[in-house]
Amino acid sequence: MAGIRFQSIRKVFGKTVAADSVSLEIRDGEFMVLLGPSGCGKTTLLRCLAGLEHVDGGRVFIGDRDVTDRAPRDRRIAMVFQSYAVFPHLTVFDNIAFGLKMQGRPRDEIKRRVEESARLLELTDFLKRYPAQLSGGQRQRVAVARAIVMQAAVLLMDEPLSNLDALLRLQMRAELKRLHQEIKATTIYVTHDQVEALSLGDRIAVMQSGRIVQCDVPMNIYDYPANKFVGGFIGTPPMNFLPGVVHANGDGPTVVVGESHLAPAPAFAHALSAKNGEPILLGIRPENLTLAPNQQANTIRARVRVVEPLGSHKLLTMQVGTEISKVSVAPDQRVAPNEDVWLHFDPEKIRWMDAATGEAISATVE
Amino acid sequence: MPSTLSRRYILGRVSLYGGAILLALWTLAPLYLIALAAFSTRQATFQWPKPFLPTDFSIDTMQFFVNSRGVLDSVRNSIIVALLTIAGSLVLGAPGGYALARFRFRGKEGISLGLLISKMFPTAILSIPLAVTFLQLDLYDSLWGVALVHIAMALPFVIIVTAGIFVGVPRDLEEVAQTLGCNRLQAFLRVVLPLALPGLAAAAIFTFVISWNEVFAATILTLRNRTLPAQVLSGLNDSPLYYRYAGGFFMIVPALIFIFLIRRYLLNLWGNIVR
Ligand SMILES: Nc1ncnc2c1ncn2[C@@H]1O[C@H](COP(=O)(O)OP(=O)(O)OP(=O)(O)O)[C@@H](O)[C@H]1O
Ligand SMILES: [Mg+2]
Repeated sequence: MAGIRFQSIRKVFGKTVAADSVSLEIRDGEFMVLLGPSGCGKTTLLRCLAGLEHVDGGRVFIGDRDVTDRAPRDRRIAMVFQSYAVFPHLTVFDNIAFGLKMQGRPRDEIKRRVEESARLLELTDFLKRYPAQLSGGQRQRVAVARAIVMQAAVLLMDEPLSNLDALLRLQMRAELKRLHQEIKATTIYVTHDQVEALSLGDRIAVMQSGRIVQCDVPMNIYDYPANKFVGGFIGTPPMNFLPGVVHANGDGPTVVVGESHLAPAPAFAHALSAKNGEPILLGIRPENLTLAPNQQANTIRARVRVVEPLGSHKLLTMQVGTEISKVSVAPDQRVAPNEDVWLHFDPEKIRWMDAATGEAISATVE
Repeated sequence: MPSTLSRRYILGRVSLYGGAILLALWTLAPLYLIALAAFSTRQATFQWPKPFLPTDFSIDTMQFFVNSRGVLDSVRNSIIVALLTIAGSLVLGAPGGYALARFRFRGKEGISLGLLISKMFPTAILSIPLAVTFLQLDLYDSLWGVALVHIAMALPFVIIVTAGIFVGVPRDLEEVAQTLGCNRLQAFLRVVLPLALPGLAAAAIFTFVISWNEVFAATILTLRNRTLPAQVLSGLNDSPLYYRYAGGFFMIVPALIFIFLIRRYLLNLWGNIVR
């Protein structure tokens, strides 16, 4: 009933193209996460959907209604602003009740619903306070409560948990997920926090300078980034990239990285053979690299620079030729700085990319 | 080193406060002398040398002034004109200020500048044509006529000041109200107006003071329906000294009280219109 469709949305501010022909379809009840670096146009896209920004091109649909020229109040959306935008002249209660009062709901219904969402966001003790008497995180929670209390068909959240401490954030994340499963509002959620994105999103749309570069389920975004940008943006630490050159001979292609020859997975044999002699980029996640005791197939010589014990794992910073790579190993792995080791690459986990464009090379499906 | 630094600091402080005290004396001394004369006996105003302390306190002089013919009527007229001015200039000026604060449009800088420049235009040049026009329009010697001129005089001030006030109300508050079911007008009335109200009240009070103190247009455009400053001015040459003191005091006091009440806002009033 309330899917969302962006159709070639364009929005320009002076010389900045904040949305460059963005097309995106979000199913009814889906939880879509928008992820991308600062200034890539996430907020702009939400504001175009909310009707706060007049689009310079394209159309916006909510459900099957074309809402492009509708006022915000006719779009049946609720939005959490990045700046919170909590009304300073109203108490927390009246802030949360604002939209319900505008709808002319009966008094006892307003009270019940406000108290319910206040409880959800742990604001019950603050209902009588004014925003000036709240901390930043509490204000942010008021903004979230004010939006979810509306039970709108479409819920837009612009970094709603950015100002909470780690523990509360974890808790609120779970609450939001539970709430979504309950209400099933079509949700667009902007965040910088990848864990949040991976944990909440049915799908993730990754944006870069006004464009959506990849939109897929979280595990595909993580395992099969569409290009170097996505791989390098997602994951903490992100994907490692090493330059190599393709050598194709009778036995299938190998890729020369430094002094080692790596054998790509069979699915890539065909695609890589076509690039004989060309430079190529190898992308691999830190957890898919392991330390080998000696030289084997698919290993590269590397030197340990930094060892960071992080509890659940150890994070190693490695010098591989002239490049730096991050490697995540088991916490009990014995390794010391300045040690020379062999790094093993799991061929199935390597993402090959075009050296010039950074686009991922797709596997041949048999 | 630290000692020279602190000596320079002390010197700076001393000259700062010295200057401030001189400035304050410059303004306060005449006020004090007027108040002193207004609350002495009528005879005391003629004494020379004048006593600098209230030796013979009396409300006799003030009573005489207030009971003089035409004074109470003119006070009533002044208040009516000032209230009309507040209403008119806010109704016309606040939307202008809102537009300057919220919208980007061609010629915005020109308009802001033009508003300031219009304050430089001398009323004296306008007065004769105005009087003639008002006679033709049957507005001459009416409070409406005076109020119209005062509105015109206050308008640039009200537009610029309200623009500063509206800029101080974040735009997202209005936007979030719109997503919560308000149309533009409702968002303004429910969110912007309550937040702008203290500033608007200060602007209204300042407008009151502008109108209350204005003497030139009021004198030229009225004959019998005088406002207080026009009334005092028109009788100035034939009135005794103590009448002038009492009149002066009577006119100063409301302005002083109001300015005192809104002093906190005055510094912010001429806030810039951020683009
Ligand atoms: N009102 C505006 N006027 C001019 N430029 C704007 C305006 N709003 C946004 N921009 C520009 O458009 C681009 C996208 O901005 P947007 O706010 O959508 O980024 P974002 O992805 O939300 O970033 P962040 O993660 O920092 O919030 C930026 O380059 C920004 O400078
Ligand atoms: Mg943003």
